[in-house]
Amino acid sequence: MSSAATPETGDGTDSLTLVEAVQDALYTEMSSDENVVVIGEDVGENGGVFRATEALYEEFGGNRVVDTPLAESGIVGTAIGLALAGMRPVAELQFMGFSYPAFDQIVSHASRLRSRSHGQYSAPIVIRAPYGGGIRAPEHHSESKEAFFVHEPGLKVVSPSTPYDAKGLLIASIRDPDPVVFLEPKLLYRAFRGDVPTGGYEVPLADAAIRREGDDITVYTWGAMTRPTLIAADNVADEHGVEVEVVDLRTLSPLDVETIVDSFRKTGRAAVVHEAPKTAGLGAEIATTIQERAVCYQEAPIKRITGFDTPMPLHALEDYYLPQAVRIQDGILETVEF
Amino acid sequence: MSTQNEADPHVNSESTQRDEPIRILDDDGNLLSHAEVPALSDEKLLAMYEDLVLARRFDQRAISLQRQGRIATYAPMTGQEGSQVATSYALEEQDWLFPTYREHAAKYVHGMSLASLLKPLCGLRDGYAIPDDVNVLPEYIPIATQVPQAMGMAWGHHLQNRADTAVLCHFGDGATSEGDFHEGLNFAGVFDVPAVFVCNNNQWAISVPRDQQTASDTIAQKAAAYGIEGVRVDGLDPLAVYEVTRCALSKAKNPTDGERRPTLVESVQYRYGAHTTADDPSVYREEDEAEAWRRKDPVDRLRNFLYAEGLLDEDLEDEIDDRAESQISEAISTVEAAAADPSSIFEHVYEELPDRLREQRDELNALREKYGEEAFSEVLE
Repeated sequence: MSSAATPETGDGTDSLTLVEAVQDALYTEMSSDENVVVIGEDVGENGGVFRATEALYEEFGGNRVVDTPLAESGIVGTAIGLALAGMRPVAELQFMGFSYPAFDQIVSHASRLRSRSHGQYSAPIVIRAPYGGGIRAPEHHSESKEAFFVHEPGLKVVSPSTPYDAKGLLIASIRDPDPVVFLEPKLLYRAFRGDVPTGGYEVPLADAAIRREGDDITVYTWGAMTRPTLIAADNVADEHGVEVEVVDLRTLSPLDVETIVDSFRKTGRAAVVHEAPKTAGLGAEIATTIQERAVCYQEAPIKRITGFDTPMPLHALEDYYLPQAVRIQDGILETVEF
Repeated sequence: MSTQNEADPHVNSESTQRDEPIRILDDDGNLLSHAEVPALSDEKLLAMYEDLVLARRFDQRAISLQRQGRIATYAPMTGQEGSQVATSYALEEQDWLFPTYREHAAKYVHGMSLASLLKPLCGLRDGYAIPDDVNVLPEYIPIATQVPQAMGMAWGHHLQNRADTAVLCHFGDGATSEGDFHEGLNFAGVFDVPAVFVCNNNQWAISVPRDQQTASDTIAQKAAAYGIEGVRVDGLDPLAVYEVTRCALSKAKNPTDGERRPTLVESVQYRYGAHTTADDPSVYREEDEAEAWRRKDPVDRLRNFLYAEGLLDEDLEDEIDDRAESQISEAISTVEAAAADPSSIFEHVYEELPDRLREQRDELNALREKYGEEAFSEVLE
C-alpha cells in the first residue's frame, strides 16, 4: 500500500530530476557505508553516459567508483564476487539492451547464490540499467524487457517513476539483502523535477503507490508509462467523467498484490499499461493475479495496452510502438463501456 | 628429506610461458634430479596420499552408485584427483575456493564433508549447506561463470586490505573458450587482484579435444594477453602442482616489486573416464590415449615416492585403504538415511519469504495434507 516514507536524516529538500535523484542516492549511500562501491563502464571520471554517477569519482576516488573494461558479464560477475567479499556493489549496465551478455551471471548466479549455498552466501548487489524508449535512441538502446528478470526467482526488480521514489527505492535496493535489478526509465531522467529529501530514506520495496484515486477503473503501470497514463486519466475525467485510479507498481518483483487487488475490488475494471511487448509481459501476470483473487468483482475484460510483439522500431515509428495517452484513453473507455 | 627452496626457478615466476610442464616426480614417482621436495611435513605428505586414495575410492563408489540408480548424474574425476588435492593443500584456511562441478576432492580437502558432496547427488539440497568456517563456494555448473566472480571477491579482499587472503578458481580447458574466462582474467590483470586461476586441462571438453578448443600452443600462454603470469605444471604430479599453486598463492598475497598478483596455472592432466556418467567417451576418443596417461597416475606416483622415502609400507597402505573405504561407506549410509522436506523448496530464495512464496508453500502443504506424500510420486510415474 502506498506509504509516505519518512526521511531518516537531512533537514530539507532539493528539487531534482530523476537522474539527479539516482546520483543523490548513490552519493548518500556511499557517504554512509564505505562498502558501497560503484562499478561499470564510464562511471568514473566521465560520470556515466547519463551522468548518474557524476561527481562520485571526485568525491570517493577510483577505488570506489571504478571504470571497468567493457564487459557486462564481467561487471556483474565481479559485483557478485565483491558482494561475497562483504561489499555492496552497485553495477551500472549502460543500457538494459546490453544486459543480455550478463544474463547468465544474473539468472544463474546472482539470483540463486543464496539457494545454491543453502543460505550461507548471498549476492546483495544492485544492477542499475537505464531502460525503455522515447529518447530517439539507436537500436538496442530502448529495450523494456523487465519480464525476463521478474520471471527469475531470487531477484527483485524495481522501476521508479519519480525523483523521490528513485532516491528512496535505490537506497532501499542498496540496503536490501537480495540482488536487485534497478531499471531506470531514461525517458524520465530529465523530464521533470520533484522534491527530494536531502538525507537518506527508503521507499520500501514491494510497495505500490496510488498516483490518482478513482472509482471507475484501475490502470496499473510503472516507470515511464505513468506519465501518459496520468495524462490519459485526466483527459477521460475531463471529457467523459470517468474517474481512473492509477497504481504505480514501483516494484515489479515481488509485486504488491494487496494494493493491486484492493484497488480492483473498488473499481471492478482494470487495464495494464506497459511499453514492453504484450506477450508474456507483466500485464499478463497482473491480469491473472486479479482474476485469481477478485474474479467476482470483475465487470469487464482486463485490457493490456502495451508495446507490440515486435522489436522496438527505430525512432521514426517509436511513437506508434509506445503506448501514448491516446491509446491509453481508448483502452480505458473500451473497458469502462464494456 | 630435502625441502624445496622457494627461489627454485623451476617452480617460480621465471616459468612464465614455459612449454614443458613443471615436474618434481617422474612418471614412476621418482624424484627428478633437478627437483626438490616441497616443504611439507611427513605427516602432510602422508595425509595428501590418504586424501588421494579417498578421492579415487569416492569416485569409484560414486560411479557405482549412479549405475545402481542411487545417485543422479555424476562428474568423475579419476586422473584429476592429484591436481585437485594438491591445489587445495596449497590453500590456507582463510583462502577461498571457487570449484567446478568436478572439484569434489578439492572441496573435500578445503573443508567440505563427504556427505555434503553426496547429498545433492541424492537430490538433497541441504548438501549445499556450507559451514561457516569453510571458505568454499557452491560448485559452478555453467561454464567459466566463476572466473569473474572469483576475480571480484579477490578484488574485494584487496580493496579491504585483507592481504592474507587469496582466491583460487578452478575451471576446465573448455572454459577458456567462454567470454567469462577472458572477461575475468582481463579484469584480474587490470585490477591486479590476489587470485590464482587453475585451468584443469584434462584434454577434452566432453567430446571436443583441446586442439579444437583453442589454437594456442598452451593455455598458460593466454596469460600474456592479460598481463599476468602463466605457468604450466604436470597435473598428474601432486608435488609439482602443490608447489606451483603455493608459490602462486604466496605471490598473490605478497608480490615482490614489479610482480603481478594473479597467475593462470595450466594443470596438464587427463580425465581417464567419462565427462559425466551420462557420457560415453568411447564414441569420440581412443582408449590407448587414456592408457598412456594412466601410466603417469598421480596416486601411483605419490605412493611410489612415499615408499622410496620410507614413509609408506604395505601395512600402512592397507590401513589407509581401509580407512578410506569405511569413511565413504559411512557417508553413503548417512546420506541415504536422510529425507528431504518438501517445504524446503521455498527456503533461501530470498532472505525473507515473500508473500507469494508463502502462499505457494502453504498451497503445497495443504495438498500434501489432503492427498498424502505418496500421491506426489504417483503423479510423476
